[in-house]
Amino acid sequence: MKSMIEQRSAKEYTATKNACKLCAPLGASLVFKGIEGAIPLLHGSQGCSTYIRRYLISHFKEPVDIACSNFAEETAIFGGGMNLKIALQNIHQQYDPSLVGIATTCLSETIGDDVPMFLREYAEQHRNEKTAPLVHVSTPSYQGTHMQGFHNAVLATVKSVTTTGNFSNIGHVNIFPGMVSPADLRYLKEILTDFQIPYMMLPDYSKTLDGSIWSEYQLIPEGGTTVEMIRCSGNAAGSLEFGRILSREKQSAGKWLREKFHVDCHHLGLPIGINETDRFFQVLEILSGRPTPDKYREERGRLIDSYVDGHKHMIAAKVALYGEEDLVVGMAAFFSEIGIQPVLCASGDHSGYLKEEIARLFPSDLDQSIRVMDNADFMDIESAVQDIKPDLIVGNSKGFAMARRLGIPMVRIGFPIHDRVDASRKLHLGYRGTQQLFDRIANKLIEYRQASSTVGYTYM
Amino acid sequence: MADRNQQQEVVMSLDEQNPETVKADLLRRYPIKIARKRSKQIVVNKVGACDDVPQISSNVRTIPGLIGQRGCCYAGCKGVVLGPTRDIINITHGPIGCGFYSWLTRRNQTDPDSSEDKHNFIPYCFSTDMQDEEIIFGGERKLRKAIQEAYDNFKPKAIAVFATCPVGLIGDDIHSVCREMKEKLGINVFGFSCEGYKGVSQSAGHHIANNQIFKHVVGLDDTVREGEYKVNLLGEYNIGGDAFEIDRIFKKCGISIVSTYSGNSSIDDFSNSHTADLNLIMCHRSINYVAEMMDKKYGIPWIKINFIGAEATAKSLRKIAGYFNDQKLIDRVEQVIAEELPEVKKAYLEIRPRTEGKKVMLFVGGSRAHHYQELFNELGMKILSAGYEFAHRDDYEGRKVIPSIKVDADSRNIEELEVTPDPGKYSPRKSPEEMNALENQGIKFSDYEGMMPAMKDGTLIIDDISQFETDAMIEIFKPDIFCAGIKEKYSVQKHGIPLKQLHSYDYGGPYAGFKGAINFYKEIDRMVNSKVWGYIKAPWEKNPELTATYAWG
Repeated sequence: MKSMIEQRSAKEYTATKNACKLCAPLGASLVFKGIEGAIPLLHGSQGCSTYIRRYLISHFKEPVDIACSNFAEETAIFGGGMNLKIALQNIHQQYDPSLVGIATTCLSETIGDDVPMFLREYAEQHRNEKTAPLVHVSTPSYQGTHMQGFHNAVLATVKSVTTTGNFSNIGHVNIFPGMVSPADLRYLKEILTDFQIPYMMLPDYSKTLDGSIWSEYQLIPEGGTTVEMIRCSGNAAGSLEFGRILSREKQSAGKWLREKFHVDCHHLGLPIGINETDRFFQVLEILSGRPTPDKYREERGRLIDSYVDGHKHMIAAKVALYGEEDLVVGMAAFFSEIGIQPVLCASGDHSGYLKEEIARLFPSDLDQSIRVMDNADFMDIESAVQDIKPDLIVGNSKGFAMARRLGIPMVRIGFPIHDRVDASRKLHLGYRGTQQLFDRIANKLIEYRQASSTVGYTYM
Repeated sequence: MADRNQQQEVVMSLDEQNPETVKADLLRRYPIKIARKRSKQIVVNKVGACDDVPQISSNVRTIPGLIGQRGCCYAGCKGVVLGPTRDIINITHGPIGCGFYSWLTRRNQTDPDSSEDKHNFIPYCFSTDMQDEEIIFGGERKLRKAIQEAYDNFKPKAIAVFATCPVGLIGDDIHSVCREMKEKLGINVFGFSCEGYKGVSQSAGHHIANNQIFKHVVGLDDTVREGEYKVNLLGEYNIGGDAFEIDRIFKKCGISIVSTYSGNSSIDDFSNSHTADLNLIMCHRSINYVAEMMDKKYGIPWIKINFIGAEATAKSLRKIAGYFNDQKLIDRVEQVIAEELPEVKKAYLEIRPRTEGKKVMLFVGGSRAHHYQELFNELGMKILSAGYEFAHRDDYEGRKVIPSIKVDADSRNIEELEVTPDPGKYSPRKSPEEMNALENQGIKFSDYEGMMPAMKDGTLIIDDISQFETDAMIEIFKPDIFCAGIKEKYSVQKHGIPLKQLHSYDYGGPYAGFKGAINFYKEIDRMVNSKVWGYIKAPWEKNPELTATYAWG
């Protein structure tokens, strides 16, 4: 039987119109914000740090300090070594950081700055002073998207901070959750704590990017993965790495730790929906040797109960879905459980694996018709949406203009969400996150049908 | 002797602190070389005879590692000056980040219905999305195709191309591609070499934008439009609908706007803007170049006006009427002021008892830190400190210091256009005698007095303030409201102090003109008197003795 899943060769155009992706240094900056006491530093011109700060700040509604090596015209000609060293010295003096995460920009990459050499020179020049670990990640925006920047920064951090040594074995687990919300990170920590599993989660911006009001002034917002824990990641009892797409990439932090330190790595999809969350909990049971706590059994039970009760509102609804590839795969897996058809699965990324991962969720004997588009921009997405006429659009806030033009209701997930106040508090993962997604989606469909009905039912 | 002591005491006190000590405090954490550089950018204000003020170092490079708020050349050119024009397709030539981040983030409003073709490309973000192969083999081919596509899809009147950092480095010649495509498509296609590393801030981008618009657009359409008292409004970007409110007031007065640079603007208006009889400058920093060039080439004088603040609005209207020197307009302006002011006054008299004496700091832009002081003065609030992100010395100290500004390498790299009177189109709007007479009546042409002369002695003026200094200033003075942008907003609010965004207005506005002033008063009232700040400490934190007693008991 002919597969009904069609891969649109996205990009009928040369230019990108209304991009559905962001640049690599943004992803890297986000990772460094999830390390305790760390300062991200962009090596390039100041516009990059300003733009990226503005974007992250508008989403998280929290302070995001990102330093910069402030290239000028002559720096672009003669190289950025001096600027980088001055920046590092000033950051040390003002902030006394526990780590500096250096991400390159298009500018320093295009001129071919040898950042590792600059860092060695800096360490040598300052060998008598206290110097924080310096992590370098190469993130030119002309290679990949913010997701590559994110994963590469996690890998670079683990690679440069992890040390071999005689650490007391606390039997901890490394967890690499990917680019999820602060609420998701908090929930993951709660789960691990309830399973009594010591953990090293990288990154952990659950507090740094969703903090409370300060009673005392904080130079660097508190929270984040400690450098000490990252140092021990080679000594862990195992690693958990989320993301079906990431699991197929050649490199990742989990894979590197397995090769280098023989730390077993469990590759899981983003735990959205019953299936993927069940897999996650099964791994936790194995790692901890404990059964799933009642709290989560009950969450799972309530979730299934709501699937049953809410089914009538969801069944056969058509959804257009877009965002980072791993988020799209995770959401599609969830939709496959509740009878929603993700008629469009689009991403600005282009790992090359998206189609296969979606196909795996929807075996071809099912009567599904799904368009999978990678390397897509919002013009591609909008023309597909116009064609398909879905009942719902699910993705980040950049799709709002399209949803408004086409009069289709929209549920916001992922990054960026610039037009709602709760981006940091939106939960996507686990039974609880799935419950929230399910409720939001069901209510959005009900709300739309209710509002567009001529009767004005108050009983749905 | 006693007098002198007293005077010294007045000068040295800022909210019961010694500003010199505060300055020393701010510099304490820097290495000596950097402290020395920053010390020239942090100045204790003192206004002397003839409005002389101390010299402040500005428009100099931000020191690497000091987290500042400045943007880049591209941001100033594409984001600020050209972004608000609705009917030019702006193509960012570069990797994806730059185009994406400047996509609809400035909240400029526009009214496409006021153009016949109703073109509005502001909601679109075009990028060549350069990949590895273009960085290696060059991106001109891709740019050419992108321009063709933009034309095929939208049939615009004009296409502008903006270069990002890698473009200059790999040697793509965007200008020759633009020339070629202009010829091929028969529409205006022009480029901006606004690579992010040029200049020291977005200010360089403003200058480049001004130059190219002047070179490629201004003067293309000589049609003389109907209407009296024709002006251009320069440096008004229509954030939150400011330009709409100014337009409303102008219409009431009978003043016609030929073009606004560049809020609510159309390229057709720019092409025709040399037919106006007076240039009005709102944001001196971003646009004074166009005004200067139009004066030289077409003979249009310019004056500085400010429509932020009710009194400032009235003053600016009177200046315009004074320039045209026509009793009909003078009377009409007085009538409009008389109609509009009572409501404004009613609003601030009602609010002022709740805002009087509250402390303000403003660190924003290249004009706004000055303009908004008017509104705070009207609310009886006290300005402790102010500074710009990207201004030059003339914006602080006044244009009189321009001859003494040292041109450094960063400024020299930005092209200065050679402008001479246009043989066919140069026509001085006023004779030298008329200009003299107007100047004697107090209308100052081609002049801006700067921010510092308008500020009190002892206030701290800080150029390009860093995040670190911002936090220190807040700790020291505990202001009641802090004005800056989204990047500072949440860090300032963590201190329990409201931050008013003066770039994007916290999604409110307009704040210009008379109605805008009322909006602003109300918003500031709400912010400084919000109940939320009272909830920060939990009851058990407020009264530790009580808890202790219970525990002990």
